[in-house]
Amino acid sequence: MSTAEAKIAEEVGHDEHHEHHGNFFTNYIFSTDHKVIAKQFLITGIFWAMIGGALSVIFRMQLGFPESSLSWLKPILGQWITAEGKLDPEFYLALVTMHGTIMVFFVLTAGLSGTFSNFLIPLQIGARDMASGFMNMLSYWFFFASSVIMFISLFIETGPASGGWVIYPPLSALPQAMNGSGLGMSMWLVAMALFIVSTLLGGINYITTVINLRTKGLSFSKLPLTIWAFFLTAVIGLLSFPVLFSAALLLIMDRNFGTSFFLSDIYINGEALPNQGGSPVLFQHLFWFLGHPEVYIVLLPALGITSEVISTNARKPIFGYMAMVGSMIVIGFLSFIVWAHHMFVTGMNPFLGSVFTLLTLIIAVPSAIKVFNYITTLWGANIKLTPAMLFSIGLVSFFISGGLTGIFLGNSPVDIQLHDTYFVVAHFHLVMGSASFFGMLAGVYHWFPKMFGRMMNAKLGYIHFWLTFTGVYLVFFPLHYIGIAGFPRRYYSFTNFNAFNDFADLNMFVSVAAIITFVAQFIFVFNFFYSIWKGKLAPANPWGSNTLEWTTPRFPGHGNWPGEIPTVYRWPYDYSKPGAKEDFIPQHIPYSETPESNTPEENEKIKLESGNGDIEIKA
Amino acid sequence: MAESFKIVENPEKPLSMHPKKFALWLFLVTIVMIFASLTSAYLVKKGDGNWRTVDLPSLFWVTSGIIVVSSAVLHIAYRAAKKDLIENVKWGLLITLVLGIAFTVGQFYSWGQLIDNNIYLVGGNPSESFVYLLSGFHLLHVVGGLIFGIVVTVNAFKYKVHSKSTTQIEMFATYWHFVGALWIYLFVFLMLNHQ
Repeated sequence: MSTAEAKIAEEVGHDEHHEHHGNFFTNYIFSTDHKVIAKQFLITGIFWAMIGGALSVIFRMQLGFPESSLSWLKPILGQWITAEGKLDPEFYLALVTMHGTIMVFFVLTAGLSGTFSNFLIPLQIGARDMASGFMNMLSYWFFFASSVIMFISLFIETGPASGGWVIYPPLSALPQAMNGSGLGMSMWLVAMALFIVSTLLGGINYITTVINLRTKGLSFSKLPLTIWAFFLTAVIGLLSFPVLFSAALLLIMDRNFGTSFFLSDIYINGEALPNQGGSPVLFQHLFWFLGHPEVYIVLLPALGITSEVISTNARKPIFGYMAMVGSMIVIGFLSFIVWAHHMFVTGMNPFLGSVFTLLTLIIAVPSAIKVFNYITTLWGANIKLTPAMLFSIGLVSFFISGGLTGIFLGNSPVDIQLHDTYFVVAHFHLVMGSASFFGMLAGVYHWFPKMFGRMMNAKLGYIHFWLTFTGVYLVFFPLHYIGIAGFPRRYYSFTNFNAFNDFADLNMFVSVAAIITFVAQFIFVFNFFYSIWKGKLAPANPWGSNTLEWTTPRFPGHGNWPGEIPTVYRWPYDYSKPGAKEDFIPQHIPYSETPESNTPEENEKIKLESGNGDIEIKA
Repeated sequence: MAESFKIVENPEKPLSMHPKKFALWLFLVTIVMIFASLTSAYLVKKGDGNWRTVDLPSLFWVTSGIIVVSSAVLHIAYRAAKKDLIENVKWGLLITLVLGIAFTVGQFYSWGQLIDNNIYLVGGNPSESFVYLLSGFHLLHVVGGLIFGIVVTVNAFKYKVHSKSTTQIEMFATYWHFVGALWIYLFVFLMLNHQ
């Protein structure tokens, strides 16, 4: 060992061999332990998911029952319900804006990556903790501060940001444009700036940890697919979130300091604004350079979780491990060069549009490879339909049905017709929203025993799954028809348009389905919190899984493993190996202990395990 | 079987880079992305038309010189730390800090030159705002580096920076060379594209 390495071991491993007994504050609030931080992210994420879901139910009621009186919501919404019992039209815009912002960033980015990257990376790679526990703690508390500001903005008099979650200027840049572009928009920008800091602190930590702190023997080719997914997600986030920061910076300059990066030739009430020379399309370029990779920041962790859950519960090795890794890398790369497919109607050069169409359609290839591999893993498998498995299969279903419409929308000629209609809403809610949400739920059901040492109730899990799965399809499938009929998204009401009257009953149907789906989530919330304290105690390895986290004690303490960290000898997908005593062989079992199931090549590796003088035998 | 074996195929930690140094490099990546996006925004905006030429302040030449010299001095200090020449480390770090402060002051005077030419942050063409924004946002990173540098210098005066403990000065040097190179990039970029 060189001196540099010795120093690292000294600095990184200083707390390997003694217990930490902090007080309540250092253990549960300002904790630097990755497991506690993961739970903090998860519970904050669940809180935000309920808020985001509730907002969508309110605007679905407006869309499904435009004639009904909403005055019973007055105790909650106050002035946002007009004297006639109608939803304030500007608040409707605030609702869709905040629903999008909350779901994309606070639930599916922080709630998903924040929870599972933090929880699983050290446990599955065999590390005592993250590379920097302090930075990890900061990451959560920046997210918390961002959450507080975003939450307060829901309650201010002028309302939260209302220009859509994409906050296009000039609407978002001019406080006089609408109520929501005033203080609400400023708070949105501050909250997002803090959020970006949180994401980058987290991402730097995840990448550093995966590269530097893997246990002995755990090469990249033996990493569980979850870790691959979290790693690539962090890389994508590291490259794309700074660009959103730039966009926000320029927007803040325009809003608060009077520059004209995005503003030009604007007249309000007949009076010209002084801003000259800016370009609002420039903002769209900057925004979507983050915005499109963000789709994969949301989706990749869910796909990684699904790979792990499907392989474990199918009791089969994942089909095409290297193809899975390869397609995730290709998806990650392509995600950076397709952003303009969100901008086909901004008047861009049609030739440029066709280039972006081509690049977009190429993403279908790695995506199809992943779907194919999930299905072939399930094919002929000894499937255990645990709640986590059901949600994972649900994810694959949404990924297919939502992905297919992505091929339509990726084509500029089709997109120009369907742009900003409910067809787009249906597409991304299936392929990105619901799929990622299902990945997150699958992860919670699957790793709950490791997080809290107890099992979640499976029966409630099944009820939750079937209600949610059918609910999602009942909500989003009809939206395709509504979109093809030409309904634009973000419209407050369609009752004044004769062409859309025929669809009133379909909208009502969607709204009823949405309300039922939302209510079904309370089954999960109850199950989650009840099981934390009252659930059945979990066995050490409830799903018969191969990865390292199941070698820790039921309640892993600070440092995760009480003794030495296990060494990894094999890949994580040795399920139902022919000849093996059990239908799974965990990663830390050396080949020398499994002569009955080894292939000839693996028998060769036994010599490496014990060879040339480097033996370390313990009785 | 109760024996455990050390695998020979891969017995070492897979990569033995110091996690903090590695994290610093990743942090630099995020800064690169911010400035890459800002400078591409500059080019996209310029390609869009309605662009006004900005005469860059001549003081930018002086500040560029200052930051290059400061990087060189810091490198000498870093080499001295490796050889345990503590006095040279102290002086090198102090001179670096003084030059860094001179750079900061110089940038403010450069903005004064812009104002003398009737080029303002606010109220003009985006081409003019961009000069302030790029240099100002860069200066923010320099100030961050100066604070880091003060910490390292204080440690050097406490004899905590020596050949057995070079992590901090090495990280400071990495960051400082980076912000220096970033400024040279921005200056050259503005010279090539300001018309």
